[in-house]
Amino acid sequence: MALKLRKFKDQFSSLWIKISLFFVVLLPVVITLSLLYKSMFVLETNGLKELLFSSVWRPLAGQFGFWPFIISSLWVTILGLLITTPICMFSAIFLTQYSSSRLLRFMQPVIDILAGIPSVIYGVWGILIIVPMVGRYLAPLFGIESTGFSILAGGLVLSVMLIPFILNVLIEVFKTVPVELSEASLSLGATKWQTIKFVVVRKSFAGIISAFGLGLSRAFGETIAVLMVVGNVVGLPKSIFDPGYPLPALIANNYGEMLSIPMYDSALMFAALILLVVVMFFNFLSRLAIIRLEKKA
Amino acid sequence: MQQGKISIQNLDLHFGKHHILKNVNIEIPENQLTVILGPSGCGKTTLMKTLNRLVELEETVKINGKIFLDNEDILNTDKDVTEIRKKMGLLSQRPAPLPMSIFNNIAYGLRINGISGRRKLAPLVEKYLRQVNLWDEVKDRLKDPATRLSIGQQQRLCLARGLAVNPEIILADEPTSALDPLSASIVEKQFAELKKDYTLVMVTHVLRQARRIADYVVFMYLGEVIEQGPVKEFFENPKMEKTREYLKGAFN
Ligand SMILES: Nc1ncnc2c1ncn2[C@@H]1O[C@H](COP(=O)(O)OP(=O)(O)O)[C@@H](O)[C@H]1O
Ligand SMILES: [Mg+2]
Repeated sequence: MALKLRKFKDQFSSLWIKISLFFVVLLPVVITLSLLYKSMFVLETNGLKELLFSSVWRPLAGQFGFWPFIISSLWVTILGLLITTPICMFSAIFLTQYSSSRLLRFMQPVIDILAGIPSVIYGVWGILIIVPMVGRYLAPLFGIESTGFSILAGGLVLSVMLIPFILNVLIEVFKTVPVELSEASLSLGATKWQTIKFVVVRKSFAGIISAFGLGLSRAFGETIAVLMVVGNVVGLPKSIFDPGYPLPALIANNYGEMLSIPMYDSALMFAALILLVVVMFFNFLSRLAIIRLEKKA
Repeated sequence: MQQGKISIQNLDLHFGKHHILKNVNIEIPENQLTVILGPSGCGKTTLMKTLNRLVELEETVKINGKIFLDNEDILNTDKDVTEIRKKMGLLSQRPAPLPMSIFNNIAYGLRINGISGRRKLAPLVEKYLRQVNLWDEVKDRLKDPATRLSIGQQQRLCLARGLAVNPEIILADEPTSALDPLSASIVEKQFAELKKDYTLVMVTHVLRQARRIADYVVFMYLGEVIEQGPVKEFFENPKMEKTREYLKGAFN
């Protein structure tokens, strides 16, 4: 009897595992297909090339050129990542290779807390601190007038949000490098810095790529915090002090409000599709890089 | 008064509150193979890492005493620690090939020491791979990652990598314990040959191996040196009761 029950439980749980797995695999497919289905309308009317590369944004006339939004998204993402990368790399190297283990133990919960702060709070903080800083100090430095609501403000807020996220992954990555490798390098007469550069970082390369790959996807999709500081003005930004209008902000600002305009609904679904495809593409690239690197090392 | 190539004098080492090495005094003779024997946990690895000052990477370590290398105290010196480490190649228990190609594993140490350019590096890489009898096995795949080699080949690669920076001393911490018997005997033979040009210090807990290749034996127990002496004397006429017990296999 007991045996039968155990057997039943076994089969039951393995069935559950299969069902859950099935859903996990199915979910991205379903989301992609439904977005594609919804954007068919605008795709058929305006054509893919027009939608992606035109800068004409006149929803009332049925013209939806996403180029300014795509560019804004790329600018903000790249800027955010450019600011974050050196900070994360040096902090992770310092914390795992140079500082005392006590400082690392103290810093880890601090980083976790930073990573857990809701993005709307980063947005508020951005409006209070970053936007005025950009408008009053940074832009005049270059002789440019800016309200402060700009690509740069978006990139800065984004970089602050990315730091705890990427740093956490990097610390784990560097911690898994075996001590024996560093010892081997040091006993050949390498300095500590040479050892870090040529052995620790090299050994961690796949992990570093995946940390920044994940960060990239996150940055590209980040909505609220960026939306609050980036200005949300349609148009091609000429410099990082100009306002921008990234894709997630476009969707969040307009979905449900502008649906009286024909095709707007479908156009926004298309924006979501672009977002999804780009993020998947980033993931694919970093996965590819990881596989290549793991074969090499 | 220093007699050996390396003279360890009144060496004490603590990890935090734990007293790991207790008043260690050893004279390591030049151009001979010294074997350090002792049950596991007695401080052999720690002693090796103290010799090339890798132990300083541990946060809680406290060291007292002197280690003379050619009449220079390498523990208490202003000299650059990398200079000291360069003089002692280290072979660890599990081979640790660097995350790069076979070629670059050897070239790494050469480049660190200022030799660059493929034309200068290639003949040197070949020379050191030949010295450990690895050249014929790897000459067609120098660009492969070193981790693709078998464990035994990796250990020989690590030995060659150490030789390439021209050390005077080779430290080896149970270098054959992770290897299959054939690779182990290859590495062991190489050690016997290297004695001509280097001073060798090797940790093992295989008594038969010690007897086969050692010239000088140091026996440690719980952080203390119990007895040391030439191999024949040590095995045939041990002076201390603890040594006799150990040789009978009492601690295994
Ligand atoms: N980093 C460390 N911190 C604290 N104790 C250590 C550390 N490394 C080794 N020990 C302790 O020092 C003693 C000697 O270790 P070890 O030198 O590795 O011995 P052996 O190589 O002879 O087996 C052991 O009791 C071990 O637990
Ligand atoms: Mg050991």
